[in-house]
Amino acid sequence: MKKCLSILLACIMLLSLFSLSGCHGSRGMDEFVIPEEFDDSRSFEITFWAKNDTNKTQTDIYHKAISDFEKIYPNIKVNIRLYTDYSKIYNDVITNISTNTTPNVCITYPDHIATYMTGINVVVPLDELFENENYGLGGTRVAFDSVSREELIPEFLDECMISGTYYAIPYMRSTEACYVNRTYVEKLGYTLPETLTWDFVWEVSEAALKKNADGTFAINGQNVMIPFIYKSSDNMMITMLRQKDAPYSTDEGAIGIFNDTTSELLLDISGHTKSGAFSTFKVSGYPANFLNAGQCIFAVDSTAGATWMGSHAPLSDISEDKFVEFETEVMTVPQFDPADPKMISQGPSICIFNKEDPQEVLASWLFAQYMLTNDVQIAYSETEGYVPVTSRARDSAEYRDYISRSGEDNGLHYYVKIKASELLTENTENTFVTPVFNGSASLREAASQLVESVVKSTRRREAVNDEYIEKLYSNVTSLYRLDSSGASAAVSGRDAKDLGPLPKESVILLSVLAGVWVLIGAYYITEHVKKKTGQNS
Amino acid sequence: MKKFLALMLALMMVFALAACGKQAAPAASDTDVKGEGVMTYEEYAAAAIDDPVVVETYVQATQSWWDNTITVYSQDKDGAYFIYNMACSEEDAAKLVPGTKIKVTGYKAEWSGEIEIADATFEIEEGSYIAEPLDVTALLGKDELADKQNMKVAFKGMTVEDSGNGSAFMYNWDGSGSQGDDVYFTVSKDGSSYSFLIESYLCSSDTEVYKAAEALKVGDVIDMEGFLYWYEGVQPHITSISPAA
Repeated sequence: MKKCLSILLACIMLLSLFSLSGCHGSRGMDEFVIPEEFDDSRSFEITFWAKNDTNKTQTDIYHKAISDFEKIYPNIKVNIRLYTDYSKIYNDVITNISTNTTPNVCITYPDHIATYMTGINVVVPLDELFENENYGLGGTRVAFDSVSREELIPEFLDECMISGTYYAIPYMRSTEACYVNRTYVEKLGYTLPETLTWDFVWEVSEAALKKNADGTFAINGQNVMIPFIYKSSDNMMITMLRQKDAPYSTDEGAIGIFNDTTSELLLDISGHTKSGAFSTFKVSGYPANFLNAGQCIFAVDSTAGATWMGSHAPLSDISEDKFVEFETEVMTVPQFDPADPKMISQGPSICIFNKEDPQEVLASWLFAQYMLTNDVQIAYSETEGYVPVTSRARDSAEYRDYISRSGEDNGLHYYVKIKASELLTENTENTFVTPVFNGSASLREAASQLVESVVKSTRRREAVNDEYIEKLYSNVTSLYRLDSSGASAAVSGRDAKDLGPLPKESVILLSVLAGVWVLIGAYYITEHVKKKTGQNS
Repeated sequence: MKKFLALMLALMMVFALAACGKQAAPAASDTDVKGEGVMTYEEYAAAAIDDPVVVETYVQATQSWWDNTITVYSQDKDGAYFIYNMACSEEDAAKLVPGTKIKVTGYKAEWSGEIEIADATFEIEEGSYIAEPLDVTALLGKDELADKQNMKVAFKGMTVEDSGNGSAFMYNWDGSGSQGDDVYFTVSKDGSSYSFLIESYLCSSDTEVYKAAEALKVGDVIDMEGFLYWYEGVQPHITSISPAA
């Protein structure tokens, strides 16, 4: 019996070892190693998940880039999947990591990459690829005029570094701008300062609420006026905290957002919401629609949304008859210290997912590099208030000519759009990004939730006070799992549910381990019973 | 034979009584009797934006469940309620089939002109009702159309126009999308054009209506049914397309 049990246990242990090696394979792929040579004799089919701003010109540019690239590399076919929302890409990638069906190349935010990296070797580190003499940035064997590392704008490249390693390349950059109805500001008796301050924006916004006897607003004669609308409430809170030099998070992922400065800011936002001076996109709608209809004076949105802003905006969701004539000013977001302006840097980056075949990964990297060439960079940046991420594009005669022709027409040279681009190029050194760690995406959602909750509760006539804020902090901490277990372990509720069932190998391993324990138990009991029986006899 | 006839007569009497029974309560089919603490549609319509609301209504359709929320097109016998991102487990979402009666607690909200119930929770109640589509073709372009917001509606004899790119439809509003995204198309009546769409979260690319929209040709004259959604003006979410009767 003992022998039999020993053999069984040994077999199970061996099986466990095999299972463990199987699990290693499913938890992560082998580290990517750059092939000596790209295999031109083989055909590759890669997928590219791309984000556009619901903008036909942008999707046309993606298609042209793919077509041009396929002419240079006829053995690489690129299949594009279009998205209009970063969060949708994020959720789809998370879902596909568990089934090992990630795209090859993907437009993304560094915050999201940090979550993707919880899988082993899922995202390809790019440091060695950058430096590779043959296929790296400016590599000698790249079949097109690849940009060199020195040509990437350093601030934008640095944003793609996570824990000391590059996991993405920047694709386009934007910031936030405040699009101002200068006509109404001056009609209210104010003069726009060189740099907008929060105090100025709040003061003018409150002044704009004066009503006529018939109940319409005096400034526009309409029934609707929300003087100040912020599109991205997460950016609003993050930017305010950075400007105040108040905690948000550390580089290591320690959460600092729940502090006294945040509380003060939230109570201030509540006060201006109560008067009707402030609202957000999530609560009321797109700032552009209100601005263009003369129902908003300060509209904060991305520079990548500039073509929607202003009396003569080339893109619009409101009908022609709702437009109101006014002068549009493009300014930096409001500041607490105008002498030390701070604004967020945002915009798409590109990451590469690891695959079993290193040649396929190399093909992906070649395509990603192609997105940095002038043809793509200049064309795409001209679709919105983006700026190219390479000095080669920014310094090119073609791009300079484009910028110099601001205001020539309300299409390609729409002055609001070009001014929005210039806002970023003139302020690149004043931009910042938030620390990236596994959980930073959840923290960003939490920042948004704080503002949105306060705005909604205030509008619903709930008491927003210290007690409310305390409870809100507790709820948000719990909802986004920002508690003491550490944000680095936090994945938003949405992500957690998407991880899917346990991999088959893990189930086998757990079953085998359970079997071992059962047999050990059975062996122990059998021995115990034998001993007892022996003693009794 | 006598026995057979007697049995037949008895059965006919039972059926007749049942039919009479149905006719005997006309009031119940005309309007809804609301539970305690529940608003009538009139009270809901009169409520201010951001006010708390409690309504009893019937599911007419839902968008796809996502992230523990579901968006519901609902209607009672007096009016319609669009319930945006209502808290709902995946298990409960499966129970929200057309006709299901639900009691909804939330806040009245307005987003870009669309009146909706936000931050809502719900409970399923006994009862069932499926609304008949209301023909609002004659109201297009008139202010009264807004009074029918979110209702199940029908449009008759409308002509498909060029969507702006030479074709009868576009994926996304400007053609920037691909199959699977919302399908936009332009239809006209009496010289005025309107933008309608197939909302992909309501009717995905494998539904009949989505395929029908993809098969539209400029000049087709069609009848449609859908929900009277609003975004900076009327923007119906179409659920069926057929050649004009």
